[in-house]
Amino acid sequence: MYKLILATRYLLKRRMTYFAVLAVALCVFIVVVVMTVMTGLVGDFKEKNHRFAGDCVVASESLVGFAYYEDFVKKLEGSEFVDSVSEVIKSYALLSPRGRDVSRGVEIMGVDPVKHSRATGFGDTLYYRKNDVSKAFVPSYDVNLPGCVLGIDLALQRDSNSRYAYDSSPGHVGFAVSCFPLTARGALVLGTAPVNTKTFYYSDHSQSGLARVDDSLIYLPFDEAQALCGMDGGAKRINAIHIKFKSDVKLGVGCDEVRRLWELFKGEKADESQAYLLDAVTVQSWLVHRRSLIAAMEKEETMMGAMFGFVGIVVVFIVLVVFYMLISHKSKDIGVLRSVGASSIDIIELFAGFAAMVGLIGSCFGVLGGWQFLLRINKIEGWLFERFGYQVWDRTMFAIGDIPSKISPKVLAVIVVSAVAACLIGALVPSWQAVRLKPVETLQVNQL
Amino acid sequence: MNNNDVILKSEGISKSYRMGATRVEVLKGLDLAVKRGEFVAIIGASGSGKSTLLHILGALDSPDSGVISFEGKDLARQSSRALNRFRNKMVGFVFQFYHLLDELSVLENVSLPAMASRSVLGWFGARRSVNARAEELLTRFGLGERIKHKPYQLSGGERQRVAIARALMNEPRLLLADEPTGNLDSEAGNGIIDVLDELNKAGQTIVMVTHDDRIAQRAGRIITLADGRIKT
Repeated sequence: MYKLILATRYLLKRRMTYFAVLAVALCVFIVVVVMTVMTGLVGDFKEKNHRFAGDCVVASESLVGFAYYEDFVKKLEGSEFVDSVSEVIKSYALLSPRGRDVSRGVEIMGVDPVKHSRATGFGDTLYYRKNDVSKAFVPSYDVNLPGCVLGIDLALQRDSNSRYAYDSSPGHVGFAVSCFPLTARGALVLGTAPVNTKTFYYSDHSQSGLARVDDSLIYLPFDEAQALCGMDGGAKRINAIHIKFKSDVKLGVGCDEVRRLWELFKGEKADESQAYLLDAVTVQSWLVHRRSLIAAMEKEETMMGAMFGFVGIVVVFIVLVVFYMLISHKSKDIGVLRSVGASSIDIIELFAGFAAMVGLIGSCFGVLGGWQFLLRINKIEGWLFERFGYQVWDRTMFAIGDIPSKISPKVLAVIVVSAVAACLIGALVPSWQAVRLKPVETLQVNQL
Repeated sequence: MNNNDVILKSEGISKSYRMGATRVEVLKGLDLAVKRGEFVAIIGASGSGKSTLLHILGALDSPDSGVISFEGKDLARQSSRALNRFRNKMVGFVFQFYHLLDELSVLENVSLPAMASRSVLGWFGARRSVNARAEELLTRFGLGERIKHKPYQLSGGERQRVAIARALMNEPRLLLADEPTGNLDSEAGNGIIDVLDELNKAGQTIVMVTHDDRIAQRAGRIITLADGRIKT
């Protein structure tokens, strides 16, 4: 009992322990805020990529795509684990606003909007046709014109506050889309012109939250895109199939099952004239399919974790210094305690309890401060922007809305446990030193 | 001397310390026996080894050679756990500079040995009786009104009485007092000796170290230490 009383009194009566508590609180505050924002950004980025790709993607590494997909799609749709499937044409094109002599390179995706919305989060990214995705490619100003869905940064400008200037309806703007149609062997299709060009009209825009997608992707009707890319003749071809699994199917299990079906399908089509195209097809989960983008964020998160590992080392050092000073001042107490029968373990427990208190109280203050700060982080950022024109993330460069501020209980638990552990480690050496003190030496007159 | 009467016995105790390049022999084969209920004063010049002997007798320090036996048991053969228990239950220490814990109240300081021998749960079970015992001791030493005070709010004499009360908390069989009046004025010192005298009359065995002949005269037996040995 005396250990609890003494640890509490050391904490309350010794001003230097306030600095240890403050150091822990500050470190926990910083780690909570940064890790919450970072974890939120990475989680948000992953979620956006998941919404973009669906659960599993069967895709060709070649621009010429692969044939016989209808048979494979039928197999998938007949499977118990598949919820929905979307065939996709994917290629590159030149985009020229009508009436202007400028063009830029873009990525095109030919999709059936209804099927693609079922398999991915495409429908949720639309603005005007969110509630009726079947009309995603139907311009509201003329239903007879062929429509296209532009990435939001191709369609809208940002205002001085970096916010998009939305209109109540899409503007009547046409875009000429030019593609190089390719044969199954990868050569240009021999026709009247080496380039297929067709004009599409702005029917909606898509905000996926992925900067590269929103800045350089346009969605076209599936059949139109297939024709533009020269994939509609003979054995029709596509570039990818996006698949959504039923909710009770685990990602790995579902992907393995698709892989199995694909191998069977490849065997069945081995004698077909364009079977060689199937060799360039891979079956990947959305995580692997988008790995090149996600890995960079995860690496950044790991590096942040490592940096805050160093912050933890600073806490250990501060606690070590405080405890070293405290124990130097309290050597007499240790002698007195040993003289009334306290064991070495009792002395270690006393200082470990004290360290745990410093860690817990510091963590509580840090978590409380971090939580309050995160509750207001977007208001603070808004205020900084209005007052000083400063944004933590320039929204014209980073496709994020609000700064993530949702604290993860798991992250919080890890931070608090780490803070207490850091304090215990910091107290370890001085406590061990205290145990090694000879009671006689600490009680000598010249030690007072 | 009947062996049953002897509570503490030391035989051939030697102790030396290293001071720089030289080794100083403080105790040189010292023999001592203390009977139950005895009040022994150990006197000697400064540096004669009085305090060292007292610390060895109370198992706060260990001799280089020789045997210390308490109630017939060799302390050197006891485990560290048994020695902790020995310091907690069998002996009570009173130091020249009181050595009270500044963070604890007078009552908590006195209760410290009782707290040290109990777990948190055990403490809650025995709290009332322990506090009653601590209050009884403090009242007995005229400090009944000071139980909530902190040590720094007390005079030197009062602090030493608190230290004596702490030493007696677990009703030890042996009280070891190291210069208990050394830091007090004459009046306060006499008060402390009166307390020790009274305790001895009630049956408490006391070994007291002092350099003051006048104080030593109050003890039942005086042992003089000189050159690391008992002067006969």
